[in-house]
Amino acid sequence: MYSVNYHRAASVADAAKLLKSGDAKLLSGGMTRIPAMKTRLAAPSDLVDLSRIKELQGVKVSGKTVTIGAGTTHHDVASDEKLKKACPALAHTASRIGDPAVRYKGTIGGSIANNDPAADYPAALLALDATIVTNKREIAAGKFFTGLFETALKDGEIITAVTFTAPAKAAYEKFRNPASRYAIVGVFVAKGKDGVRVAVTGAGDDGVFRSKEIEAALTKSFTAAALDGMKISAKNLMSDIHASADYRANLIAVMAKRAVAAANA
Amino acid sequence: MGIEGVGARVARKEDRRFITGAGRYVDDMVVPGMKHAAFVRSPYAHAQIKKIDVKKAKGMPGVIGVLTGKELKADGIGNLICGWMIHSKDGSPMKMGAWSPLAFDRVRYVGDAVVVVVAETKGQARDAAEAVDITYKELKAVVDAPKALERSAPQIHPEADGNLIFDWELGDSTATNAAIKAAAHVTRMKIVNNRLVPNAMEPRAALGYYDKAEDHYTCWTTSQNPHLARLVMSAFYNVAPENKLRVIAPDVGGGFGSKIYIYPEEIICLWASKKTGVPVKWVADRTESFLTDAHGRDHVSTVEMAFDKDNRITGLKVDTIANLGAYMSLFSSCVPTYLYATLLSGQYDIPAIHANVRAVYTNTAPVDAYRGAGRPEATYLLERTMETAARELGVSPAELRRKNFITSFPHQTPVIMNYDAGDYAASLDAAMAAADYGGFAKRKADAVKRGKLRGIGLSNYIEACGLAPSAAVGSLGAGIGLWESAEVRVNAVGTIEVLTGSHSHGQGHETTFAQLVSQRFGVPIDSVSIVHGDTDKVQMGMGSYGSRSGAVGMSAVAKALDKVEAKAKKIAAHLLEADEGDIVIENGALKVTGTDKSVPWFQMALAAYTAHNLPGGMEPGLKETSFYDPSNFTFPAGCYVCEVEIDPETGVTEIVQFVAADDFGNIINPMIVEGQVHGGVAQGIGQALLEGTRYDASGQLLTASYMDYTMPRADDLPSFKVSTSNTPCPSNPLGIKGCGEAGAIGSPPAVINAITDAIGITDIAMPASPSTVWAAIRATKH
Repeated sequence: MYSVNYHRAASVADAAKLLKSGDAKLLSGGMTRIPAMKTRLAAPSDLVDLSRIKELQGVKVSGKTVTIGAGTTHHDVASDEKLKKACPALAHTASRIGDPAVRYKGTIGGSIANNDPAADYPAALLALDATIVTNKREIAAGKFFTGLFETALKDGEIITAVTFTAPAKAAYEKFRNPASRYAIVGVFVAKGKDGVRVAVTGAGDDGVFRSKEIEAALTKSFTAAALDGMKISAKNLMSDIHASADYRANLIAVMAKRAVAAANA
Repeated sequence: MGIEGVGARVARKEDRRFITGAGRYVDDMVVPGMKHAAFVRSPYAHAQIKKIDVKKAKGMPGVIGVLTGKELKADGIGNLICGWMIHSKDGSPMKMGAWSPLAFDRVRYVGDAVVVVVAETKGQARDAAEAVDITYKELKAVVDAPKALERSAPQIHPEADGNLIFDWELGDSTATNAAIKAAAHVTRMKIVNNRLVPNAMEPRAALGYYDKAEDHYTCWTTSQNPHLARLVMSAFYNVAPENKLRVIAPDVGGGFGSKIYIYPEEIICLWASKKTGVPVKWVADRTESFLTDAHGRDHVSTVEMAFDKDNRITGLKVDTIANLGAYMSLFSSCVPTYLYATLLSGQYDIPAIHANVRAVYTNTAPVDAYRGAGRPEATYLLERTMETAARELGVSPAELRRKNFITSFPHQTPVIMNYDAGDYAASLDAAMAAADYGGFAKRKADAVKRGKLRGIGLSNYIEACGLAPSAAVGSLGAGIGLWESAEVRVNAVGTIEVLTGSHSHGQGHETTFAQLVSQRFGVPIDSVSIVHGDTDKVQMGMGSYGSRSGAVGMSAVAKALDKVEAKAKKIAAHLLEADEGDIVIENGALKVTGTDKSVPWFQMALAAYTAHNLPGGMEPGLKETSFYDPSNFTFPAGCYVCEVEIDPETGVTEIVQFVAADDFGNIINPMIVEGQVHGGVAQGIGQALLEGTRYDASGQLLTASYMDYTMPRADDLPSFKVSTSNTPCPSNPLGIKGCGEAGAIGSPPAVINAITDAIGITDIAMPASPSTVWAAIRATKH
């Protein structure tokens, strides 16, 4: 690791101010940032630590509306009793991110700001039609995730929360990379008042995406059987040493089927 | 056996310090004034070094020295060598290319060390290493061994034309060809044994300390064999004469073979310490371990197995290309030759065998012995072929094996080995019973109902441990003898120190060696200490690898104990005024048999040191040494059964049961033996299902971290059913065969045989990852 100036922000406004110093980067759980710095792949001049900002933490449920502070850890999302009732699929998704150490440190805001193409939350938020709230504006998930490690966030913009309407039914199934245990394919299905939304992570060569063909099939019938024999095109899917695009295409159909079965269970 | 003697399940003495974090590893060693080294390594798999500019790096904060290969050469430090001479079948010696500890004219793999930086802190050393400016001219690289033999391949070493190191053969080509020609059936296969990265838990490390006052060097290093390290660094690398070089291998966190060899870094830390005037420490990070630890396996073979009309094997012909990487590591040449082809008879009575092995340079990390070393490659080839032959012949894989078993001993194979003892049918029967082999058809039918593919696979391995005797290995090209030494010191109060040339890097010697002493003298194991891993403390020894510590190391201890016992009895007889022949040792006392006269062990020891009342002419003290050179290899063998269920939708293979039935000869501590089998099987399953080392065509290692290289985790593995049915080894005093590598040797073919059985195919590449299995299932449908 190269030497770096560390700042602990007291508030979001304080963080925004500190972010103007040098080539500063935000630090939340540090689950990606710190390894990148340790391996000398990243060398920010300054780090602005968001992890002590109280206003960024916690889950609120009001009727069907769920709001999760950006600094809430995966563990706190996974174990929130209100969320487990309102949207158990998201709590379950959080419970299977990384390992316990990652879940105690990593945050929802950090995960979506990084937008790793194999991360779980982007699929969840895209399928839940969530809104990403920043210190400057609100962004629909559909406009937020713009590519591999790319988001709609502008310089100086800080995610403060995500909010969504709890769906009637939802579930997430992922197939883990045997080595890293990130998702090779993860599929989040949600059936809400505006219809069925299906988002796929781990597979797309441009990051998380919605599968219109699976959504169409599930709109007709929200059953695993509706996906029987469905062939997903391997076009625009990633191919690497762990999984070919064809294999990923197969897994999208299989994981979608299993997710629907779980959502109906 | 007593509660602490031979055969007792004694908890490991050393585990208290290991599991409380109190172990002391090289990185824990601190000496006054110690500084830190970082290496500048080649980013290219093959390149010419045009220019090395260290000016900027030398001016960086905290930098003490920036040293290059030219300076190393000017100081007379020698090239690294391979210590086992192999001659090609035309009689020519192997073609060893030069391996300078720091490359100065050409780099040959990604990770090749070029410059070392010594600085006040590790961070400063790394910062300065990044500031070293090296101009390379990139050359074409080759990573695949068969491709390295093609005409168009780049020439890697001027000494080895066409990248061919040797073209070696063993066995009778004419007889084997005749057997194949006359055969009723021939099974033919191409067998690929995948390259593995050893992944010891503790990365390699070295601390070099030059004492100017004494003109003496001390090297703390992660070694499985500190005396060998001293010998090689002294005799071949010209670091210092042996009496001026102390090598210490303290607690070492796993080796699996990768810490046998002497690498550039420990030589350079010693040299750099003298050069810079400060003690120099280097500790590999995990990516350096992936890039530069000697890798394992990497064979591509073809095999023909001939059968007569009664399904008896009449001949076996093998052609193997072995990838040795960019340089010849210390024992690299013996792995695909004398540790491989000599085991190609397996457990079977095969009248004619011929093996041809070509060893090849490529632009990859050096390849050397890794848990099993040659025997896993032989076992995989043979047991995959056996299983395939059974399927082709339409007979039970178990019965085809049984029909061909060697049943009388000693048995001389056509490939050097003389098997001394074994009962292969006993292991097969035990394994089949434990696995409920007969109930498989029903379990398969149940699995089909659940939409799963179920398969079962066998593997009957034999291996050879305790390479010996020294004269024999010498005649085969070894540069060293493969004996072991022990010194047993009985202290004046009766406590005992055993100094051994074996080296524990996780095996539990502090417990098992003490059990042997406890058994002999009836003293508690807490009064017995094992001293190892320091050339200043322990007499010359050969270290631990090839599952030799029990069979060879403990045999040396046993012989030293014989001498101690003889002298102790003489002293006791004198004290008790009895006949020496009437003295027996029981429960920590020396007794006159048939009487109530006895002298406690400690009192006898004290008498030896006070020397007030010793037999006439006897020297005081009680300390004996033995050097033990075995008369033969030992031959552990066994039968493994793997049963799998595959999810055809995802290609995920679940190992639903794994049975290991082994013959290890006599056992000192069954719990430690089971642990060795568990660990070995986990590594073998790792090779079969998970671990794949991948270089891209330009020679970049794609699997250089745990994000991409899959190590077995607990949830990848079932609960193992392990058992032993043992035939004592006749060639050593303890009847021990060795158990350290068997699990890794026997398991991969059992797993792959089960997977191919489940899918109904002939072959699948290792690692049979979910994507590979899914693709194989899909291919059966097209």
